[in-house]
Amino acid sequence: MMHRKKKEKAIESTLLMVSGVTVVALFLLCFFLFREGYLLFGDYSIISFLTETSWYPSSSPAKFGLLPLLTGSLIVTAGAIVLSVPLGLASAIYISELADPKIAQLIKPFVEILAGIPSVVYGFFGLIVVVPLLQDLLDLPTGQTALAGSIMLGMMALPTIISVSEDAINSVPTALKEGSLALGSTKWQTIYRVVLPAALSGISAAVMLGIGRAIGETMTVMMVTGNTAIIPGIPEGLFDPVRTMTATIALEMGEVPQGSEHFHALFAVGAVLFLITFMINLIADSVKKKYRLQEGV
Amino acid sequence: MSKKSISYIITLLLVTSLALFGAGCVGNDDSEAEMQSIMIKGSDTVLPLAQAEAEVYMMEYPDTSISIIGGGSGVGIAALIDGEIDIAMTSREMKGSEIENAQANGIDPVEQTIAWDGISVVVNPENPVSDLTFEQIKAIYVGDVSNWNEVGGEDREIVVLSRDSSSGTYEYFKEEVMEGNEYRADALINPSTGAIIQTVSQNKNAIGYVGVAYLDGTTKALAVDNGSGAEEPTSENILAGTYPLARPLYFYTNGEPTGLALEFIEFLSSETGEETVFEVGYFPA
Repeated sequence: MMHRKKKEKAIESTLLMVSGVTVVALFLLCFFLFREGYLLFGDYSIISFLTETSWYPSSSPAKFGLLPLLTGSLIVTAGAIVLSVPLGLASAIYISELADPKIAQLIKPFVEILAGIPSVVYGFFGLIVVVPLLQDLLDLPTGQTALAGSIMLGMMALPTIISVSEDAINSVPTALKEGSLALGSTKWQTIYRVVLPAALSGISAAVMLGIGRAIGETMTVMMVTGNTAIIPGIPEGLFDPVRTMTATIALEMGEVPQGSEHFHALFAVGAVLFLITFMINLIADSVKKKYRLQEGV
Repeated sequence: MSKKSISYIITLLLVTSLALFGAGCVGNDDSEAEMQSIMIKGSDTVLPLAQAEAEVYMMEYPDTSISIIGGGSGVGIAALIDGEIDIAMTSREMKGSEIENAQANGIDPVEQTIAWDGISVVVNPENPVSDLTFEQIKAIYVGDVSNWNEVGGEDREIVVLSRDSSSGTYEYFKEEVMEGNEYRADALINPSTGAIIQTVSQNKNAIGYVGVAYLDGTTKALAVDNGSGAEEPTSENILAGTYPLARPLYFYTNGEPTGLALEFIEFLSSETGEETVFEVGYFPA
């Protein structure tokens, strides 16, 4: 008996230590990221970093303006959300409320496969198929545009949006639906008057997570958006090449001399990116909690 | 696994990959005492050449081990300065600041030219333009010319493609053709030579630059003119020194090379070594 207890304890503390490593790793990474990024502001003013409108890391004097990269990330992500939310929400409603259970069982694995495709494959598909298609259809000088990035990221955010909103819709109490149907509303009225409002916070969480997925994606956008560091017009910038924060880091990290201003500037961009995704996750988390609370009532 | 934790993991991975980039250093493990081994790191342009040469060399001398890692010229030089590797391979000369850093670290970088690489300017095969002067190319790349009809082509907007700034080719092109001027802000930055070839082959408006080794017939290589007539990027022209866009590729060692490093460098200029240089698409030094 004693022996068994000791063994349990040993296993427990091993697991604690292993999970502790994750937490420590996270803190070390944060520390490293922010320290390296902060070092930029020894020589380069933080005001210029935030307001400068061009990113010329290798000219002299170098210009490290965050704005073109930030707006690039935002426009690509916004486009992705506009494309993927209606599609994702419609699929979630169909799968959880309307579809024959057999059909739903058939569709779900496909959505999951979509989530498992490596991003470089999406990027390659985008470069070979979507980019030339956009160029011909819209008669653009080049198809490597924010729109191409939005389409690919929208596709990649779909699985997240579908499965999280589907969870939200499924957890709407059956009593609510039955009550609505009993009062004589049609199935469609029940869906958009009762089920959707009840699942709204869960759906918002799905959208936030979709944004988080899209804004942090690197390989795919780097391959299809042309990576031109110019502040895009809104909304016509959707049809111009843009450069995202993630693509900038990936493109320039390879050859940058360690410890240089440029090196620290890339870390500063990484820190901004980290803050954005961290905030998005926090918001998604709190929205989700709120909705669990409501359900409990 | 919940969706929340997936998104956390994505965030984590991004941050981790950043950190690992900074700390890319690999230990050199000699398991057999009599096994000679060296480590080479650096330019992605030189990578295919060094790899092919090392394969041939190790076939001939099986008791040697040559490890080759890419990453970019700057990465290789940083590793040489840190004393992690035996040879840094680069597609550009070391910068003054890098030499200072090396000397401060007790490293004495010695340069060897191991081969020549030709850079060709490529357009879509349907583009009627077949030669450009350096001035025209410069005007296109800095943004003074934006339509093909200004350089003798059709009335089409020019889509300018460039490599990313971590590419040695990017800097070479900037120095040689653009005389140090900044690339136009709306140039499309492509992460690889393959992406440039791919885009040029399917976009009639595009112009790009790639290593001669990458020419595969899906794009048209322009003849370029640096004041002494238009020259095509053929191997004859590059070897004769008349093609203006050819650059040396370098190996850097700490002090004069010795041991396996010396033997490997000497092998590059042997008959088999030079044959391999041609096979990969470069030109012997």
